[in-house]
Amino acid sequence: MRIGVDVGGTNTDAVIMSGNDVLAAIKSPTTEDVGGGIVAAVRDVMAQAKVEAAAIESVMIGTTQFTNAFVERRRLMEVGIIRLALPATTSLQPLVDWPEDLVERVGTNVHMAHGGYEFDGREIAAMREEEIAEAARALGKAGIGSIAIGSVFAPMNRSMETRAAEIVAAELPDAYVTLSSNIGRIGMVERENAAIMNASLMDLSHRVVGAFRSALKELGIKAPFYISQNDGTLMTADYVEKYPVLTFASGPTNSMRGAAFLSNISDAIVVDIGGTTTDVGVLAQGFPRESAVAVDVGGVKTNFRMPDILAIGLGGGSLVRDEGARIGPDSVGYELTERSLIFGGDTLTTTDIAVAAGAADIGDKSKVASVDEGTVSTGMDTIHAMLEEAIDRVKTSAAAMPVILVGGGGVLVDRPLSGASEVVTPDNAGVANAIGAAIAQVGGEVDRVFSYDEAGRDAALDTAKREAEERAVSAGAKPGTVSVIDVEEVPLAYLPGGAVRVRVKAVGDLAGVASI
Amino acid sequence: MDLTLDKLHDFARGAAFLGTGGGGDPYVGRLILQQQLRSGAKVKLIDPSELDDDALVVPVANMGAPTVLIERFPNGPAAVAAVRKMEELLGRKAAAIMPIEAGGVNATLPAVVGALMDLPVVDADGMGRAFPELQMTTFSVYGVPGSPVVIKDEHDNEVVVKAIDDETAEWLARVVCIRMGGKAEITLYPMNGHDAKTKSVPRTISLAMEIGRVISDARSEQRDPFEALADFFAATEPARCCKILFDGKVVDLLRETTRGFAIGRLILQRIDGGGEPMEIAFQNEFLSAQIGETVLATAPDLICILDRETAEPITTEGLRYGQRVKVVGVSVPPVMRTPEALAVWGPRKFGVDRDYVPIEEIDVPA
Repeated sequence: MRIGVDVGGTNTDAVIMSGNDVLAAIKSPTTEDVGGGIVAAVRDVMAQAKVEAAAIESVMIGTTQFTNAFVERRRLMEVGIIRLALPATTSLQPLVDWPEDLVERVGTNVHMAHGGYEFDGREIAAMREEEIAEAARALGKAGIGSIAIGSVFAPMNRSMETRAAEIVAAELPDAYVTLSSNIGRIGMVERENAAIMNASLMDLSHRVVGAFRSALKELGIKAPFYISQNDGTLMTADYVEKYPVLTFASGPTNSMRGAAFLSNISDAIVVDIGGTTTDVGVLAQGFPRESAVAVDVGGVKTNFRMPDILAIGLGGGSLVRDEGARIGPDSVGYELTERSLIFGGDTLTTTDIAVAAGAADIGDKSKVASVDEGTVSTGMDTIHAMLEEAIDRVKTSAAAMPVILVGGGGVLVDRPLSGASEVVTPDNAGVANAIGAAIAQVGGEVDRVFSYDEAGRDAALDTAKREAEERAVSAGAKPGTVSVIDVEEVPLAYLPGGAVRVRVKAVGDLAGVASI
Repeated sequence: MDLTLDKLHDFARGAAFLGTGGGGDPYVGRLILQQQLRSGAKVKLIDPSELDDDALVVPVANMGAPTVLIERFPNGPAAVAAVRKMEELLGRKAAAIMPIEAGGVNATLPAVVGALMDLPVVDADGMGRAFPELQMTTFSVYGVPGSPVVIKDEHDNEVVVKAIDDETAEWLARVVCIRMGGKAEITLYPMNGHDAKTKSVPRTISLAMEIGRVISDARSEQRDPFEALADFFAATEPARCCKILFDGKVVDLLRETTRGFAIGRLILQRIDGGGEPMEIAFQNEFLSAQIGETVLATAPDLICILDRETAEPITTEGLRYGQRVKVVGVSVPPVMRTPEALAVWGPRKFGVDRDYVPIEEIDVPA
């Protein structure tokens, strides 16, 4: 048996699954300390399913804590940035395209140092160790505890970054160090951005992963726990502690995978209505459609592979204004149970409107009896118009597609949506995220240099793909469910024999989970 | 007209469009310009007609493989040093800077140099788009010599190439560029104001800004950006043909960096999986698009790959397996379609064994 947990900004959801069956599901508020909410949710869900801690084989956690912190610019560390590239790259310094409010948080502690590689593996300039040590001392003196290191062409050769990290660690043993080569691919701006983002989240990642650990300990669960990453595959907790940025898009991925699983529909539009926002995305063959262009996170460009998601400011806690004509984008968020009318508060939210309209039965209905009828009907119209527009924008053709409704805010919908061939609200739709985490897949990756002249491209790619698939299986994926999701070729020109760095990622379902 | 911070996004998007996949990531170009403009520098764009006939105009470019430029960025100071060296060689001061290439990062680098040197930038270029080789310019086609070519890097290494013709200049400079790390800043085709007026593709920098604006306006007005582009090009002077050649997704991508270029081919399939796939060949830029044996477009007409929802241009290095895209073809101005011009950048120059047929004369199969 395994537990899937989704720690969102508003709610912490937990499910217990055995094979393909959802034994129990629970939704409870996220707490400020994160851990309390997890303990409460998991304890409740175990009690509901009458399952003992010893029977739990694994725990999978999906969380938007890191994305939210970055987007909301909360709890971010000031970051030291060391770029190994001089005398090259001076015309494009780190942070040039970062939003101002974010730069205020992470600071402008940039140290340009000699080093980096040419495309053919030569050094642009030799690294000057004293330069790095000096930069580290200056950053230490400024009280900076997290450092991002990037070098030109690090994905082809990471040794300078690794050596620089050793020098920094010798000077500042307590500082966190993030290397760009461990996060990103070719593309210096985006890779460096990802490293800086990651560095800014190090305090939080230790706090959050620590909270996960102690929550499970408190619950007496000794099973291994995993955290889901961008592409929906699982990472160990230790890895997430070091690389929280890799969880950035796991929320939408989990919710869409969960939606496909629950509805048994593999091609559809998924509308995930949360407390503050609604994410709309397209499911193709059971997987989220990926964004074709570089994705901004909190206004910063990255080159992660991310699902193509349209987020709009509509959720169950969104504020309703202008007699229902204007909704959101601000929301009462996790304070829904205190501030909304149905829970005795004084703020008119979309959930109040849905209850007044009879679409939902939550809280105390009598508290919304006094809300003007016109406001209720206009409010419901606005909610549906917002959803219909979002659906239309993500669609690839005019043809109507099935819409799968998930997330806690699904109660806002009380009528057919235009552009949808059908609107499906599967059982347990409110906890699709946690389900998505629980059915998350296992990945296998190959990252190796092949000689295309020797082996030929087709044979080399076949070898890489087969090895990646084998690794996924040995990591716990069920044979027969494994498929290649990513192939990247980086030619290392001017090395003899048409050398190409090939990166292949294959994923498969965790053994014991039926495929979607 | 000043090129200001608020116009940078549209400019970079339009430069990417004209880059037809190559010319280097204009995102990087935009950031370099952004860093420059934030420091208080100004970029003054002038119409070619504003030039004195005997003024010295110095074209500036970054030479190299796009896959290198996204790691090892173009460098303003090295480009300034290349202009200074050109002034020294000619014994004259430059009156204006000019792009040789309106597509990609080379649309933006001259603006950085103009800002650094406090010189105006001419609203024109020699390609009307991006091309992979230095001799592929209207300057060369209509008789302005490419040499001397000054090649600089950030280490302050300097090579001056004086070649017997522009193809040889390209041949020699490319080797130097590779040795300098796969990218170098260059100045070449020094010319007087009269030649700059009569032997360039005029107003291509402002064209880039307008293309970018058409796409972003269409998005904010929730109009189909592909229709908006077709309407825009139909209304340019002279009118240009703009049409969708294919709608599908990336199913295979082969690329390698050889001889200093990003060379490869791309296979697209219709999203429903049916029909024949489209094959697109590239050498830094997208050069030909065909379905089976039917060639739908070739250089010099523009072949642009755009995100199928947002019409955001995608560069060859930004291509990824599984991307959903629309391929758009756009005709180029008559100055780029004369027999002399086609002898330099017609299909055969890129290994496509057929005569050039203007894109508006080819029917796209349903």
